Amino acid sequence: MKRSLLHEFTKGFIEENATFRMVIGMCPTLAVTTSVKNGFWMGVAVIFVLTFSNVFVSLLRKMIPDQIRIPIFVILIATPVVIVELLMRAYLPAMYEILGVFVPLIVVNCIIIARAEAFAYKESVLRSFLDGLGIGAGFTCNLMIIGGIREFLGTGQIALGSFVFPSVKLFEPLVVMLTPPGGFMTLGLLMAILNIAVARSAQKKAH
Amino acid sequence: MGEKLIVTPSPHIKSPRTVKGVMLGVVISLLPACVGAVVLFGMNALLILITSVVSAVVAEALWQRATKQEITVGDFSAVITGLLLAMTLPPGVPLYVPAVGSVFAIVIAKQIFGGLGSNFVNPALAGRAFVLAAWPMSVAGAWLNPLTHDAVSSPTPLAVLKGGGTNIPGLWDLLIGNRTGSLGETSIILLLLGGLFLLVTKIIDWRTPVGFLGTLFVGTWVFGKPGALFQGDGLSAILLGGAVLGAFFMATDYVTSPVTPKGRLIFGIGAGLVTLLIRLWGGYPEGVTYGILFMNLMTPIIDRFVVPKYYGYEHDARARKSAEGKR
Repeated sequence: MKRSLLHEFTKGFIEENATFRMVIGMCPTLAVTTSVKNGFWMGVAVIFVLTFSNVFVSLLRKMIPDQIRIPIFVILIATPVVIVELLMRAYLPAMYEILGVFVPLIVVNCIIIARAEAFAYKESVLRSFLDGLGIGAGFTCNLMIIGGIREFLGTGQIALGSFVFPSVKLFEPLVVMLTPPGGFMTLGLLMAILNIAVARSAQKKAH
Repeated sequence: MGEKLIVTPSPHIKSPRTVKGVMLGVVISLLPACVGAVVLFGMNALLILITSVVSAVVAEALWQRATKQEITVGDFSAVITGLLLAMTLPPGVPLYVPAVGSVFAIVIAKQIFGGLGSNFVNPALAGRAFVLAAWPMSVAGAWLNPLTHDAVSSPTPLAVLKGGGTNIPGLWDLLIGNRTGSLGETSIILLLLGGLFLLVTKIIDWRTPVGFLGTLFVGTWVFGKPGALFQGDGLSAILLGGAVLGAFFMATDYVTSPVTPKGRLIFGIGAGLVTLLIRLWGGYPEGVTYGILFMNLMTPIIDRFVVPKYYGYEHDARARKSAEGKR
């Protein structure tokens, strides 16, 4: 029985959540999530690349020879990565400065090759498109949540453009949250919470 | 019948010693140094000690209640965590530092990994490392002068040494605690009193502190003076900073240190070595926290490779060797 089209999109948020359930794409997850904004733009870049590569892998899936599929996937992934990189350099130079090497590194992001190999290579174009959007959007949410927690604790405020919340710092910021240990701790705790939630709901279903 | 047959992993020796008894012993051994801290640094020290202990105990009770476990705050282990954390802090820190540090130590470092017996690093040290990284300015710069209690901007003796200076307090001042420093690390005599109590009651093994302080002493003596070997001041090195506090009360934590005698010696030497490296060539003035935390992480490896000999095994091996030689 085929799963519904809507499910191909929504599964990326909880059930097949890239960061917390499949534990892939950890490099940008830890490196650039020091604020909500960084997380958002990194996520947007990944959504674009993932949807693009999923659609093209799926389109060409009957023509790609099995033996050399991985090099072909890499070419299909590298193309949108270059597009994103050039676009960001042109229109968001400040953000490109922050994300830096992690934008070109999307080419080796596990999420993208994993979806190409495990999903797009076998499924229809429409399903691959929705899968790319959903997994990418779920990943973006993860980055923004981690970024939000780290930004709030590490600077005392969350800044979205000119909007800053809360306007007065309520506590002395914990600098450690902006450093790699802070990233690992946030990630570990969120992963534990999501796993507990999923295990509980599975238990309820079983009863 | 069923009750007589108890299946447990080794060791199987029964003793009247309980978790609560051991922990109470450690609390008693820490009391002189705590009183000393209050005498030296006044109300600030008392408030930090109380905040830290109360937060640790409350955090443990609330967490165990929230996760529907048996509430075990009565075993004093949270009290020890709170006391030890407070003793590693400078007397001038704002009170939210010990509070947050204690909650971090109990919830993140201890309870999340399964509570007492399952934590992989010393909770108090994890809490200290966290607050030090979170608020470096207020944790590493809030020193008070002993007895007069006025805030000083002058660095601790270790920071003076780090900056290349030589003007540190004399040995007698170091022993009685007449110098700037964290709450529990200044009065060496009171710490040694507590350490001696733990040794005499056999709560701790002599190997860890001796390995720790010995390595620090010898290492500083050999390499302590830049440009000249064997001229460093080893004695000051073990009296300064948190070396004595760490060696007797933190490196000897049952949960996070090896179980075999040889393993404990290796643990002590390793912690001393890391401390020495940080003090002499690292970026921080003090390295006891990271030395012990590092060896905490090494403990499973030490326990895997340092296996006690089976009774009679060595004799067997020798006999076999000589038998083979004759052939």
